[in-house]
Amino acid sequence: MAENVSGKKLIGKTVYNGITMGKVLVLRGSQEQVRRTKITDAEQEIERVHGAVANAQQQLGALYDKAVKEVGESSAAIFEVHQMMLEDDDYLDAIYHVIRTEMVNAEYAVAITGDNFADMFAGMDDEYMQARAADVKDISARLIRNLSGQGGVDFSSMEPSIIVADDLSPSETVQMDKEKILAFVTVHGSTNSHTAILARMMNIPALIGVPVDLDEVYTGMTAIVDGAAGEVIFEPTVVQCNEAEEKIRNDKEKLRLLQELKGKKNETSDGRRIDIYANIGSVSDVGYVLENDAGGIGLFRSEFLYLGRDNFPTEEEQFQAYKQVVQTMGKKKVIIRTLDIGADKQADYFELGKEDNPAMGYRAIRICLKQPDIFKTQLRALLRAAAYGNLSIMYPMIISAEEVKQIKAIVAEVEQELKQNEIPYRIPEQGIMIETPAAVMVSDELAQLADFFSIGTNDLTQYTLAIDRQNQRLEDFYNPHHKAILRMIQMVVDNAHKCGKWVGICGELGADTALTETFVNMGVDELSVAPPMVLKVREKVRAM
Amino acid sequence: MKEFTYVITDKEGIHARPAGELVKLAKTFSSNVSVLKDGKKADAKKVFGLMGLGAKQGMEITVQVEGDDEDAAVAALETFLKENL
Repeated sequence: MAENVSGKKLIGKTVYNGITMGKVLVLRGSQEQVRRTKITDAEQEIERVHGAVANAQQQLGALYDKAVKEVGESSAAIFEVHQMMLEDDDYLDAIYHVIRTEMVNAEYAVAITGDNFADMFAGMDDEYMQARAADVKDISARLIRNLSGQGGVDFSSMEPSIIVADDLSPSETVQMDKEKILAFVTVHGSTNSHTAILARMMNIPALIGVPVDLDEVYTGMTAIVDGAAGEVIFEPTVVQCNEAEEKIRNDKEKLRLLQELKGKKNETSDGRRIDIYANIGSVSDVGYVLENDAGGIGLFRSEFLYLGRDNFPTEEEQFQAYKQVVQTMGKKKVIIRTLDIGADKQADYFELGKEDNPAMGYRAIRICLKQPDIFKTQLRALLRAAAYGNLSIMYPMIISAEEVKQIKAIVAEVEQELKQNEIPYRIPEQGIMIETPAAVMVSDELAQLADFFSIGTNDLTQYTLAIDRQNQRLEDFYNPHHKAILRMIQMVVDNAHKCGKWVGICGELGADTALTETFVNMGVDELSVAPPMVLKVREKVRAM
Repeated sequence: MKEFTYVITDKEGIHARPAGELVKLAKTFSSNVSVLKDGKKADAKKVFGLMGLGAKQGMEITVQVEGDDEDAAVAALETFLKENL
């Protein structure tokens, strides 16, 4: 068994750096085979189902409460629906029927019933209902886990652990105590996955695409995860442990030195300054912003309000979320980017349809200008929240001055409505994202209309170099430091400064410490980076 | 027995969340509550059956209520449908 993996290095793709050593917690999928065994006492078996259902109700109730706090009521509702599904007599009667007529074990009866109900939904000519098949499978899997005693992963008493799994779903990660996750190691998953985003935010090592056989590892064994090297070692040898411990000590020392930079200025030795803000994607991330001493929020992705649900968020819901963030941040600036849905971020209820080239498709501001009702709801919420703190708005995917004029006209309409209804509001600072080569080329005109620029280097790089970042065959051609990109940034900075406007960078390049000095020299005013990178960039600036 | 018809106006139809809320409401009454659509009949106290009707925007459903508290149930269900679906 475990001898096969002992001490062997397994290589995966790094999602986030850092090194850790600790106990493994293996999460297994629900695809495990359910055995069919003959029983003699059907009523006793049915009694077991009752017990499993009661446990499941309790688990789902706890999950619901936790999710309400962390991701909000609308995303949590799914757990309430699961509870109702478990109360459904048709479902339960079908399970009892299988047990009584076939005299088989409860696990098997649940598995068969779950499959039948899932097939019913999968067979409906409605995409939404087809997707409900997954919910049926989910509740059936939960019952089976409870029945077979595998429900054993009680996250409430979880020890600090390295999470090893095939892949992780948000419903799994939401259950975990974030303080107790040492690292993520998954067999599948992508660098854009929920797990990856979580790892970056929490500053813990994460590897995906690790070729680990989940049958050969078990909960409680020791492992080392080295994000920088992209490797994981199960049951390491003494020598490997010593090496890892030394690296961990070094990391801790670096971290300690970084902590000393809290409260210090982002200033070079010759007195030049730059603002360092943080990028976040949900209200609960604000804690990481403050913890890492960021000067503000340079990019708040508002998509979190729209994704993972089945209808549009209301104005009130949005207003409350924005207000909470600006109030928590006090006087510090919070730049909220309007809806950037489309491309790789999809929500079914937008009914966007499939596109051959989504990165160049109907997305972001294009949706907002074509469907102004969606846009206005968000703008009303933003203008209202602006009355409560230092909020700024930024518009994504701009290619022309005409678009900015159209946006301004819509903002004026919204303002008029608010004024008429005597609702408190404030017109905040409004900037635009520079993420298309077109916006760079007309940045002189745009600078007269916008209050600030924020350069989104991920899209700008992909559009300028004509390289799809998801295409691994192009990796050799991809150079994030390409001269074309750096010249574009300089051009944008110069055009903005001519009009007295400021410029930030909020793409991945902003956190690239190999370029920090270049950016300061170019005159970039602000860098917005993942929260754990704030102090690292500050260190770089202060060393100049 | 009492019955009334209602045309779904919600874009998504009776999907998981409203179906769950409808079940919750129906369960507060002792009467039997059924929802009919295109000859298919579902018990309004069972979420799978209700979702299984596949009732979408523009479709007409018939709600049948039979029992001691049918008057109160009809009133509450009509209000719920108008407000949520």
